[in-house]
Amino acid sequence: MTPSESTFALEISHLKKSFGGLVVTHDVSLAIRPGERRLIIGPNGAGKTTLFNQITGDLRPSSGEVRLFGADITQLAPYQRAHLGLSRTYQIIALFDHDTLEHNITLGLLGLRPSRWQMWRPLSHYSDLSTEARRILDAVGLLHLANQPVSDIAYGEKRRVELAMALAQKPRVLLLDEPLAGLSNAERATVKRLIAAIPRETAIVMIEHDMDTALDLAETVTLLDYGRVIVDGERDSVVADQRTREVYLGV
Amino acid sequence: MQFWIIQGLNSLSLGGLLFLLSSGFSLIFGLMRLANLTHGAFFMLGTYFGATAMRAYGGLSIWAVALGAGVAVAAIGGLFERLVLTRLKTNPLGQVLVTLGMSFIISDACLVLWGGDSIPVPTPQSLRSPTRFFGFVFPTYRLVLVGCAIAAAISLYLLLERTRLGAMIRAGVDDGQMARAVGIPVSNLFTIVFCLGAGIAGAGGVLGGPILSAYPGLDGDMLPLALIVVILGGIGSLLGAFIGSFIVGFIYTFGTALFPELAYIILFLPMILVLAFRPQGLLGHLGA
Amino acid sequence: MKWIAAVLFAAVLVLLPSFAGDFYINLASQILIAAIFALSLNLLVGFGGMTSLGHASFLGVAAYISALLTSRYGFAHGPAAIVSIAGTTAMAAVFGVIALRASGLGFLMITLALSQVLWGLAYRMSNVTNGDNGIAGLTRPMPFGASLDSAASFYWFALAVASVAFLMMTTFVSSSFGSSLKGVRDQPRRMAALGFNPWMIRWITFIYAGFWGGVSGLLYVYYNKYIHPSSLSTTSSAEALLGVIAGGSGTLSGPIVGATLVLLLKNYASAYVERWNMLLGVVFLFIVLVMPTGIVPGLSKLQSRGRRSQ
Repeated sequence: MTPSESTFALEISHLKKSFGGLVVTHDVSLAIRPGERRLIIGPNGAGKTTLFNQITGDLRPSSGEVRLFGADITQLAPYQRAHLGLSRTYQIIALFDHDTLEHNITLGLLGLRPSRWQMWRPLSHYSDLSTEARRILDAVGLLHLANQPVSDIAYGEKRRVELAMALAQKPRVLLLDEPLAGLSNAERATVKRLIAAIPRETAIVMIEHDMDTALDLAETVTLLDYGRVIVDGERDSVVADQRTREVYLGV
Repeated sequence: MQFWIIQGLNSLSLGGLLFLLSSGFSLIFGLMRLANLTHGAFFMLGTYFGATAMRAYGGLSIWAVALGAGVAVAAIGGLFERLVLTRLKTNPLGQVLVTLGMSFIISDACLVLWGGDSIPVPTPQSLRSPTRFFGFVFPTYRLVLVGCAIAAAISLYLLLERTRLGAMIRAGVDDGQMARAVGIPVSNLFTIVFCLGAGIAGAGGVLGGPILSAYPGLDGDMLPLALIVVILGGIGSLLGAFIGSFIVGFIYTFGTALFPELAYIILFLPMILVLAFRPQGLLGHLGA
Repeated sequence: MKWIAAVLFAAVLVLLPSFAGDFYINLASQILIAAIFALSLNLLVGFGGMTSLGHASFLGVAAYISALLTSRYGFAHGPAAIVSIAGTTAMAAVFGVIALRASGLGFLMITLALSQVLWGLAYRMSNVTNGDNGIAGLTRPMPFGASLDSAASFYWFALAVASVAFLMMTTFVSSSFGSSLKGVRDQPRRMAALGFNPWMIRWITFIYAGFWGGVSGLLYVYYNKYIHPSSLSTTSSAEALLGVIAGGSGTLSGPIVGATLVLLLKNYASAYVERWNMLLGVVFLFIVLVMPTGIVPGLSKLQSRGRRSQ
């Protein structure tokens, strides 16, 4: 019944990570299909962001494999994974504060283009980048702020810029690290709408530590605790699972 | 054979001097995360003070002069730390730059006060007669320097390991934020450590006078050696500074004696290798 | 308005020899050389976020190669210049690989160590480099047969080179590569996640900075007709670094202003104040404390504050 290995968008096999004596990722295995919407939940300290960092290459796992559409990316540097279609947002916002929103998105577009190595022409020469960046900002409702520096905009707007930047890469797998953290109810609704509108070409893996907020965006859910996968499967069955209650309510 | 023994002893005494120079640098670097580029100048200032004092009052005890110079240099360092460095907490690059600027100021001030000629410092009378050992003759003063370094190392060790102040310093080196969070007055600690480091350098400068002489450019000659010692031995590690000092003492002495033209390569190559492949040094640890 | 000012400025630069005496023309030449050097360093410091205390090694190595090839091995200036720049750029590539194993303070120390090694070689290998005596009696090149021996002719040569340098480095900074460099300076992990290769970007910049440092070194040895190990020293690198930061490392004109300040202090304050190094130290203490982003941004901040209060 399970699809053959090469059709998984993202596959993690027996990932282990330890810092000295502390094991933060215990034999985690996950398989995410193309276009799937997966939610990874778990209490603080469960190792969710550490897992993300091993997928993106910011951390080297102690053992185990990461495959992107069948290709083994475990030894690849983060920038190489971006070129294979991986993209992410950060829990702590990492934008270019002194640059305009348009410039931020432009960088997101530039990263995958050969013209990023061009040293003789000003960046402004590439008018198609500007047009595309503005289109993306419009899609997230921030076109009116395109010429403002990021440092001047509100937190909720910054979260949308983060999302827009990741989407600019037209990723095949998108990792969202607590995209709704710190947002007001109204902002949260806006961002959720944007996430829901992401096309099916992109598989989404989302981390949230508060189960309820992102549940309706998910098809499948993985519950992590102390670096281990506790429950994994269709959303409703995971929610109903006894072990989920145990982890969250300590019952 | 004589050559090896003499050079060996010179290595040891240079190592001892280097420890006096770099222990302070290591402490400052470890606690304040500051590469104090003024450190060579502090040392040189001590040498000049020592030169003047010893030449003017022949009967003075070199220990008293070292103590006095140490206090004077510590005071200058303290003023600098309070008036300039504390204002640059959020600007680590700026901190490095002002220490560089301060070194320019001190070295030029020395030029103004003492002129451009090299000033030899007389070896203290009581230590002038050579020591005889197994038929070999050693300059006593150089042996004494090694003793000074050991004494300084033991004192610093006791200070760091056995006193409350030392415990606070170690906490600050390990995790500055945490130290602040538990109420350790890190800012005052910075001043104390900076004064201590500068003072030891100043005292070391006095003690180094008979061997090095006081001359313009001494600061520029000593500072890179301190850097190498601390990089090799590890930031914030007293034992690392101790061992590193003697390693560098040996490398420099034998290197200059055997391959004078390549001395700088021999000296800096280990430092470059360590920085490139083992940035925490041989014994240090990258604190928070 | 800005255009008129720029044209006027360019006119003054070109016509300088017609209304200024040799002393000032020579001063202007020195400023041009220092400006190229400072701009090249600023590619690393200001735009790349890589603070180097070893940049003088590029100036010195290029100067020494040219000096040795022309005075000792009978090279003509043209080939000597090519070998010199090629050699310096290759050295920058090697140094870059080593230095970029670290970042921040570690990077600073490696650059310091590498330049100290070179200084030590220049100082001690006297049979090759003449050691502390330096290499004197050098000549200036004769591009297209024209002599550069007069103050004015050298000045125009330096102006031409500096204009090309300034143009190229300005384009570099505003290009897509330049934007990626600034991005890597500000958020290296984010840039990697976007598909940029931070190491490669830094390394290429390091090489490019070394290249222009070498060019300034050639102009330097042509101007002085003399080279000495002190040009490779840490003090030399430190002066350049202080100049860049004092002028304003985030800007294009800042390093030029800062380099000019250091040059003026070095050469001309010493006529009035005996110890210019101390003055330099004090000036930099002042700037770091009062105008930490540098003179150029500091002045423009004052300017906008003045406008606002009107």
